[in-house]
Amino acid sequence: MKLDTNTINKIAKLARIRLSEEEAKDLLKDMNSILDWVEQLNEVNTDSVKPLANISSSILPQRKDEAKDINSSDEILKNSPDKLEGYFAVPKVVE
Amino acid sequence: MSFKSISHLKSLLDQNKISIKEIAETYIKRIKEKKELNIFIYFNEDKIHEQVKEIEKLPNDKTLKGIPIAVKDLFCTAKMPTTAASKILENFKPTYESFVTQKLVDQGSMFVGKTNLDEFAMGSATNTSYFGNTINPLSKNDNPLAPGGSSGGSAAAVAADLCLGATGTDTGGSIRQPASFCGVVGIKPTYGLCSRWGIAAFASSLDQAGVFSKNVTDASILLEEIAGHDQRDSTSSNVQIPSFSKNLDPSLEGKVIGIPKEYNIDGTSDEINGVWEDAIKSLEKKGAKIKHISLPHTKYALPTYYIIAPAEASSNLARYDGVKYGFRASDAKSLDDMYELTRSEGFGKEVKRRILIGTYVLSAGYYDAYYIKAQKVRKLIANDFVEVFSDCDLILTPTAPSAAFPLNEKQDDPIKMYLNDVFTVPASLAGIPGISIPYGNDKQGLPLGIQFLSKHYHEQEIFNAAFALEKDYE
Repeated sequence: MKLDTNTINKIAKLARIRLSEEEAKDLLKDMNSILDWVEQLNEVNTDSVKPLANISSSILPQRKDEAKDINSSDEILKNSPDKLEGYFAVPKVVE
Repeated sequence: MSFKSISHLKSLLDQNKISIKEIAETYIKRIKEKKELNIFIYFNEDKIHEQVKEIEKLPNDKTLKGIPIAVKDLFCTAKMPTTAASKILENFKPTYESFVTQKLVDQGSMFVGKTNLDEFAMGSATNTSYFGNTINPLSKNDNPLAPGGSSGGSAAAVAADLCLGATGTDTGGSIRQPASFCGVVGIKPTYGLCSRWGIAAFASSLDQAGVFSKNVTDASILLEEIAGHDQRDSTSSNVQIPSFSKNLDPSLEGKVIGIPKEYNIDGTSDEINGVWEDAIKSLEKKGAKIKHISLPHTKYALPTYYIIAPAEASSNLARYDGVKYGFRASDAKSLDDMYELTRSEGFGKEVKRRILIGTYVLSAGYYDAYYIKAQKVRKLIANDFVEVFSDCDLILTPTAPSAAFPLNEKQDDPIKMYLNDVFTVPASLAGIPGISIPYGNDKQGLPLGIQFLSKHYHEQEIFNAAFALEKDYE
């Protein structure tokens, strides 16, 4: 057992996902079995291996970092669940 | 009227034997008749008729003029909503078109709708979708089968004749495995060949767009249209895209095809091993040289994938916070409350599981033990392929360890579900291209798939070999 209920709840807090007790119990079981299963990677000697982050074998071209004004804020705001005077609106943060 | 392939429909159009409008009407009728298979998340007749008017205005030399295409609902489309099969993106209307779908629009494609998938492409059966299961069109009435996943809707749409081509994305097998389950052709090109711009991100170092079609020629026509460099995706490669379809050449004389011993695994059905044998014999007859090879780190591919993919997903899916688009939980009192409730109600079980695993393996104290370790093993898996391809042109393997399984098969063990991708994940980790083509059937008459892999950017090699092997069942 790698994880306990406390750890699950801590991770869930980090990920901003609220779990019910029932969900936490279910996930604890699944995640422990998945983590036990991935442990088999420890059999592999990787002492002199560099971690691979980008698999591409071609040289990736760079581009100029230029701002483009596509002036679509109205359209983008249409997708927002709550908006106010051209801004995204969220519950009050400061009293 | 039946249309066998893209080339067939194009020739009917060229001879004025059918109009764009008639094509639209034919496919609208078919899609309505197959509604119970739940293949589409979004289907709207009016949107198709609107496209007809636009397409009619295009010059006749547009490669895909009037060709009905289904789009996986992970690609942002400016004229149709995009959900990623998640409640959290319900009612999301993208303000832009993805690179891949824009290319298809530019060539005159007719989008018939947006297809179902596993939520955020996380799954192997199209059964984690917020919009319900898709049913494999090859199912018999009393036994509904899964279409595979995550691009199960797209594979099913091609198999059910609801389009002549479909887009998919493949992160660990999400094009090749459903292609195999539905008896169609599915290709995942080299990582970076098609831009990821406008595709809802799952695991960015693995995600790659590709296509489904009824035969290899059509796949080659579609892939050459959607490939190409895009400045808006920093991993998009700037390579010359060959005319795959014009270059198709079934001659295998002198080609060396590797058969990896590690792909002989317990739990693969005898029938699948049987068609693998048949394909090997056929390739030999066609002049290819068979070489028995070893990819020693194969067994570590799945556990490596199930660290790297959730880690990247946990980061990519942080953007779904209920602020800018999509679903927001209604009764939150504070900002933190809103984030937590929105994500808790908006994501399904499998997505939450992967976000939490990803968060854990990236968290302080565990990052080196899990994430960095997995990236190192990934390097070894990629090296296995580099070594083998120094004296092989292609590798041949089965696509999946089983034929399509029943929808109601118990799936309470996530690891068992993950094993569906055992033959497809290694190529994803190595970023190499792979195709699945139907090759034979099991005793129940269900299609089985065979997979060709090759070096980075050697899609032509893959198309040629698949084109040659496809002829065995014509």
